[in-house]
Amino acid sequence: MFDLERWQEIFEAISKNKLRTFLTGISVASGIFILVILLGFGQGMRNGIAHEFEEDAATSVWVWPGETTVAYKGLNPGRYVQLRNEDFDQVSQLFSEDIEYMAAFLFIRGVSAVYQNEVLAYELAGTYPSMQFIENESMVQGRFINSKDIEQKTKVVVIGQKIKAEVFDKKDQVIGEMIQLSGIPFKIVGIYSDPSGEQEENRMFIPMSTAQVVFEGTDHLQNLSFTLPVLDNFDAAVAQSLAFKERMTRHLKAKHTVAPSDTRAIQIWNPLEEAKRFFTLTDNIAFFFWFVGICTIIAGVVGVSNIMLIVVKERTKEIGIRKALGAKPWSIVGMIVHEAIFVTAVSGFGGLIFGMGLLEIFGPYIEVDYILNPAVNFNIALTTVILLIVSGAIAGFIPAWKAANVHTIEALRDQ
Amino acid sequence: MAMIEIKDLHKSYQMGSNSLHVLKGINFSVEAGELVAIMGSSGSGKSTLLNILGMLDEANEGSYELDGVPIKNLNETKAAQYRNKFLGFVFQSFNLINYKTAAENVALPLYYQKMPRKERQEKAIKYLEQVGLKDWATHLPSELSGGQKQRVAIARAMAAEPKVLLADEPTGALDSKTSYEVMDLIQKINDAGNTILVVTHEPDIADMCKRIVHLKDGVIVEDKKVKQVRAAQYV
Repeated sequence: MFDLERWQEIFEAISKNKLRTFLTGISVASGIFILVILLGFGQGMRNGIAHEFEEDAATSVWVWPGETTVAYKGLNPGRYVQLRNEDFDQVSQLFSEDIEYMAAFLFIRGVSAVYQNEVLAYELAGTYPSMQFIENESMVQGRFINSKDIEQKTKVVVIGQKIKAEVFDKKDQVIGEMIQLSGIPFKIVGIYSDPSGEQEENRMFIPMSTAQVVFEGTDHLQNLSFTLPVLDNFDAAVAQSLAFKERMTRHLKAKHTVAPSDTRAIQIWNPLEEAKRFFTLTDNIAFFFWFVGICTIIAGVVGVSNIMLIVVKERTKEIGIRKALGAKPWSIVGMIVHEAIFVTAVSGFGGLIFGMGLLEIFGPYIEVDYILNPAVNFNIALTTVILLIVSGAIAGFIPAWKAANVHTIEALRDQ
Repeated sequence: MAMIEIKDLHKSYQMGSNSLHVLKGINFSVEAGELVAIMGSSGSGKSTLLNILGMLDEANEGSYELDGVPIKNLNETKAAQYRNKFLGFVFQSFNLINYKTAAENVALPLYYQKMPRKERQEKAIKYLEQVGLKDWATHLPSELSGGQKQRVAIARAMAAEPKVLLADEPTGALDSKTSYEVMDLIQKINDAGNTILVVTHEPDIADMCKRIVHLKDGVIVEDKKVKQVRAAQYV
């Protein structure tokens, strides 16, 4: 490999056949380029999906009741399952070992929200302090709803950053301002921001107890939200989440007399399970990309092999001369394999660097849902390099072996 | 001791179901310093004999010794090694590598002797000088005339300092004047003490050797010493 004489021989041969070598190189370079771009986008999809699921706490679980669709124990389908405070208390006790945080929402409609002369057309919901951690809200100013608010049914409101920007644009000090909800003054105590951006920052939160007593006059809840303890192992976390979902479903169905086969009455959504599905999907896509990429490389290798066959054919006479002058068969094999590896390696590296450069430069500017910052990591780059060298050797070996075994006399007779 | 010693050499080729008996018991020896012409019409077996002598082909029967070394059951690697060490080839069609310069062509057998590059280049120039082509060292074969190409080929054959020089119709592709120039060179190399075998079918070329061996239908029909005609008088 480090035989300087052989390098000189190869450079001579290559420099005499620039166009042919160039065209061979292009086929390999494009193969590697396509592989790198595909793998980069595979990674980009992974990143993108991981990002989409960062919006809520990763281990969160959401329970939404709906209408029953199956008749059960004498009850007709079409009955609305209503969650109440007692559900909340019961679940928080029954599942106290499993859950980290627990909260609920009660969306209030038909309430006019006014600040001075401006109407605030935003969602209004009653909630619990823990919702801050389930929704992954971070406080920009002030505080979130706290337990004292719940106990004392205080008239406080926490608003999203977007609302602050749109309504209280020019004011520096928003905390302490009052807004009117159906004419009742509520004091702004906090401004939050949400990782998924503005679409989740257009809500106003008030204490659950206040919402139930002041606006609804019921003990209704619209959902239950939880987070489970964070586990390091992704698969274990998914298993934990699935087991929890299973038990929660069974409990709530029994409590609300819902048929076990009814999938609509109690719906439980956990992003982890969803994430698992997406990651399985991205794994499959990544696998598919590898497959396509490898096929492309194989096409490139076949191209190199093909061209090396032509090279060998063209140089049959030369090989005969070399053998007559004392070249050993292995030196012929070595020469051709060496040339093939050199050509595939140089052009492959070219494709690799071009592909990675493109991802590096333009990757961060790609803004499409589910694709984020496509890039290829070092290990994959290294793998492709090894692939290249192996494929170069394969591409060269068969023609070389053929060449070395042509009978010298016949080779010399070749015109 | 004889440089080349051949005893009862047989060679046949399998052509489908027929067997073609090309050499039918050749006995033949060449002393060091001889200049031998091997003559015969086409199909007489002279090329086959030369291929066997050149270790490019192997006999079915009989023995072949080169400078006391038995040449038998050689694998490709060993044969390549022996060719490189013992033999120099000159071909009718020159067989120069067309993308290498004259000097690079001459240096090629030395590359396979693993001689360092610098030494190789010096030696190549030295041998090109001996054939009168020192000024053409950096030219490609396509820039040389037929006679010049053959002289480069002779320089290449001699560069490895072989024990025997095998020339297969060395003048077959050249006009008579150029042929005589090439023969003049071959005679001079022979004068320096080198053993040379020339396969030819041209009587005037054969007459420029010191001994003529006639082959017909795979056997030697005549083997005689002749008075050498010097090629220099025609040049």
